[in-house]
Order: sequence, then structure tokens, then C-alpha cells
Amino acid sequence: MTQNEILQQSPQVLIEKYPFLSSFFEGQHWMSGLNPAQSLAELFVLIDEEFAEDQAFDADAFIGQLIDFITEMQAFIGNDSFKVNKLTILPGTNKSGEPEGFEKLDFKPKTITSIVGPTGSGKSRLLADIEWVAQGDTPTKRKMLINDQLPDSVWRFSGNKKLVAQLSQNMNFVMDLTVKEFLELHAKSRMVSDADDLINRIISSANELAGEKFSPDTAITALSGGQSRALMIADTALLSQSPVVLIDEIENAGIDRKKALEILTGEDKIVLMATHDPLLALMADQRIVIKNGGIHSVIKTSSEERALLAELEQADNKHQKMRTALRSGAVLQRENE
Amino acid sequence: MNLVTISGPPSSGKTAVILKTAESLKQRGLKIGAVKFDCLYTEDDVAYEKAGIPVKKGLSGSLCPDHYFVSNIEAVTAWGVEEKFDLLVSESAGLCNRCSPYVKDIKAVCVIDNLSGINTPRKIGPMLRMADIVVITKGDIVSQAEREVFAAGVYAVNPGAVIMHVNGLTGQGAYELSTLLFDENQHIDTLKGKKLRFSMPSALCSYCLGETRIGESYQMGNVRKIDLKNN
Ligand SMILES: Nc1nc2c(ncn2[C@@H]2O[C@H](COP(=O)(O)OP(=O)(O)OP(=O)(O)O)[C@@H](O)[C@H]2O)c(=O)[nH]1
Ligand SMILES: [Mg+2]
Ligand SMILES: [Zn+2]
Ligand SMILES: [Zn+2]
Repeated sequence: MTQNEILQQSPQVLIEKYPFLSSFFEGQHWMSGLNPAQSLAELFVLIDEEFAEDQAFDADAFIGQLIDFITEMQAFIGNDSFKVNKLTILPGTNKSGEPEGFEKLDFKPKTITSIVGPTGSGKSRLLADIEWVAQGDTPTKRKMLINDQLPDSVWRFSGNKKLVAQLSQNMNFVMDLTVKEFLELHAKSRMVSDADDLINRIISSANELAGEKFSPDTAITALSGGQSRALMIADTALLSQSPVVLIDEIENAGIDRKKALEILTGEDKIVLMATHDPLLALMADQRIVIKNGGIHSVIKTSSEERALLAELEQADNKHQKMRTALRSGAVLQRENE
Repeated sequence: MNLVTISGPPSSGKTAVILKTAESLKQRGLKIGAVKFDCLYTEDDVAYEKAGIPVKKGLSGSLCPDHYFVSNIEAVTAWGVEEKFDLLVSESAGLCNRCSPYVKDIKAVCVIDNLSGINTPRKIGPMLRMADIVVITKGDIVSQAEREVFAAGVYAVNPGAVIMHVNGLTGQGAYELSTLLFDENQHIDTLKGKKLRFSMPSALCSYCLGETRIGESYQMGNVRKIDLKNN
């Protein structure tokens, strides 16, 4: 659409044609009090000069941004059906300039990859490379492919489409909203139309993860640590636009970690998890060992490791049961094994 | 020399982001200088000095810091050219939400933080709306959903900008930002004759009256000058 064509249209007609424009027009203070059924050209004439000055309103810049917004949103919506079926890392070098210890590393939806290695070894760089869809232009010289192709630059630069969603230990909710209002807001920002069903699913998933249930009317800042994490995980699984989820260690309290991973993989996420907890690391399909700034090796979880995981899980269950019993005031007893 | 103007609400993480980004640029052997424009008080100069970055500071006192910025950025640019910086970063605290210190053809970055509230992107005006790059900080403290909602709010205000997340504490994202800030092909020798992206209101000096050209001869009225000598 050209500048002149747009000028002849009214905000009302434009919103009818492009529903996503309602959020754009909501932010336009200069329109308050004006009739949205008039064309933009007519509205521009009506703006009080002093008001335009105060609000730093510039008609040309406004039209330019409106056109940008429509173009990008259309691309975004068209892009929304684009599915990441495979993410590939091609090796670069470690801090000493030696080649990394793998040939090609694939990540597919529904799979879990754990990342191990000492702090400062290069875990954050790896994550940053994925987030920035590195093209040999970062310190590691790694290259990434999406669906076996060179990735579109939209993954790098768009505010609305990021490859990686992150869940880490120190995250909190800071908004002053109820769970329901909060999820509605998130759904709106993603332009999900009929969101009620989705919101109910998120809340029930979160309640499955957390020990104690919460209601849609609970304030998000009033949730317990476990409930907050449960809601963050369920929300990321069902409502985040990012195909990759990076988890930085899940604390073993107040949340069913195995189920959390199941919810994420169930929603087709590619899960990456930085952890040194064997219980989590062995749940992964493969693990990446990082040393000296590079990927030192990639290990597929062996059947022996899986058997070991089953043992660890049993021990963990026992531990959890005792925890619950302790909390309810019971006297602990040796289980009759 | 390259010049980048970085602006954003107080305490949004401008200095933190600049320092982390400068680390990456220094590793490439580039020489970085900084100038901080603020209203009444700043300790940012100490932070830059500690990081080995030559710095000047200018305090605008009763003037809008952005007005003060335009009256002084030309002189500061001359200082940067003299010092043979590869990149001069100007940091200014956007205080009045109406003005923005962005100059046409000079890269403009707005730093805004996730904690500042969901309506902030709509409130801060040209400083956000006219930026080429919007850096969102403090994502480490809020949830993934809040980050997404906040970024969507920024996007609705400035759909043309590159929107990036940078962590001012760990520096995550700073390397990537650094690749966008320095351009070997850009050479700024002077700002004379360049124009502001947006005129600034309220009559204090010639820029208040709508002047957009930069240079000594265009500055009239209540103009305060930065002291580059005893600084
Ligand atoms: N958690 C967290 N804190 C941050 C981040 N970025 C900056 N901070 C902190 O936020 C505070 C303000 O950061 P500054 O870099 O001084 O902010 P500024 O925008 O330069 O502030 P003024 O120049 O005073 O307007 C400091 O305590 C920083 O350590 C971030 O990404 N995460
Ligand atoms: Mg600062
Ligand atoms: Zn001002
Ligand atoms: Zn002025």
C-alpha cells in the first residue's frame, strides 16, 4: 500500500482489514477524542498543532511506521505457520582455535539435549550462538541451519520472532495481574484470537506440575516459587512463539520436573537444558559436553545410562515421599521394601 | 570515527550495556570513547574510566538534557575525532520523554528495561519511536512471557527497529550488539550541518524554537556549553 492510498483510509476500515492494527492504534495518543471513521488525511488536519508538538507527532513518520507495521505483521503472520523441523549447528572452534569435537549437531522438536561443563566453559556462548543464529560471525565461528537451509534474518532482528525462549532459576513475575489477566495479555501480544481454551489448558497444565493448585484469579506475584515456575513452563510450552526452549537448571522443589519436560516436548519444543543433576541430564536424548569455549563431544544417552536413570528416579521418588510426609508432620519410617 | 547515540530512561541499563559491548569491540582492537549527558548528577564517568574508556561528562542542570545534548554534541564529536577513537558512544538519560537526541544518519539506540512496566513503550515517545536499534535489558529477572509481552509492546511502537535482548550484568547479547554498532565504512568527522531526527519543543534556545541544524552558528539564546578542558 502506498502512502497516498493509506491516507485515504480510516483507522476503522484499516482495523477491519488488518485486525492486528488495533494494538498499533491503541498506542496513538493523538487519536483520542477523534472519530476513527474519518480518513487519516482528514484526521491529520484536525490535530491541534500545539498538541502535535507536545506529543511529538509527525504525520509522515506516522504513515511510514504504519506501513512498516502492516508489512512486517503480514510477514510475521505468514511466517507463523513456518515450522522449525530441524536446527543444525556446524562446528566452529574452541578458545584455543581447535576444531570442535563433532561434525554436525541436529536438534529436532520433541527431543531434549542436556548441556554439561564447568561454569564459564562456554555454555552461554553456545546459547547466544543459537539465539543469534550464528553464521560464522561470532567468536566461535559456528554456523547454524534451520530446516537444512540458511536461516532468514528475521530470526535475528525481529522483536516478535525469537528462536529461543529461556527459563532460568532467578526469573520472577513482576506484573500486577491475576493469572488469567496475565495469560490473556500474553495471548493478545501473540495475536491469538480465541484464547480462552488455551488459557484453561495452560492453567491446568501448570496445576499438574505444581504441588499446590492455584486458581485463575490468583495474582501472579502471589504464587509460590513452585507455582510460578509451573506457570512459566506451561505458558512457555503452550503460548511462546519460540521453537527452542532453554532451561537453566530446574530446582528440585515444588515441581514435577519430569512432567515439565513432557509438557514442553509434547508441544513440539526443542528442549536444551543446562544441568549437572544426573536425574535431569539422563532424561535427555543426547548431551553436549562443553570445554574451553567449544563443544568437546556429543554423547547419546546409552541404554545403560537409561537403566541408571530408572534407579535414580526410584531413589528420588522415595526422597520426595519422605519430604511430603515430613511436611504433614508424620514420623518417618523405614519403608517395608 | 563512528558515532552512536544511546539513550533511554534513567537506570535502564545504558552504561551496563555500553560497557559490555565495549569489551567485545576492544577485543577487535578498536578504540572506544564515551560521553555522558545527564541532568544533575552522574557517576557513569567513573564507571567508564574504570573500564579504561576515556570519558567526558556534561550536566545540563535546569535545561532539558536533550537540548543540552544538541548544543554540545558537535564539540564532543570534535574531541572524539581528535582522540582518534574508532567509536564514540554518547550516553544520555532521556528524562523529559518528549525530546530525543537522535541525529539523522547517526546510529540511534534506545535502551529500555523489562521492569519498567508494560505501558512504558507507549509513554516514552520519539526516543523509542525513532531509534534504529532497541535494546531490552533485565530480561534475566522477569518471566519469558513478560519478555515477550514487553517486546511486542516495543514492536508496536517501532516496528522498523532491530529489537535485541541484552543482559547488562552477564553481557549476554552484547557481542551481537557490538557487530551492529561499529561499521568500518562509516566516517564521521563533524556533525556540522547534520539534522536532528525530530525537533524539540519549549523555548529555551534556538533548538527549542525548532532549529534542527547542528553547529555553533545555529545556536542562540540560552545555550550552555560543556567544559571539555577541565573534565
Ligand atoms: N538484573 C539486571 N540488572 C541490570 C541489567 N542491566 C543493568 N542492570 C543493573 O541496573 C542498574 C542500572 O544500570 P545502569 O547501566 O547504570 O543504567 P543507566 O541506564 O546507565 O542509568 P543512568 O545512566 O543513571 O540513567 C545497575 O545496577 C545495573 O547493574 C540486566 O540486564 N539485568
Ligand atoms: Mg548510565
Ligand atoms: Zn526535552
Ligand atoms: Zn533548547
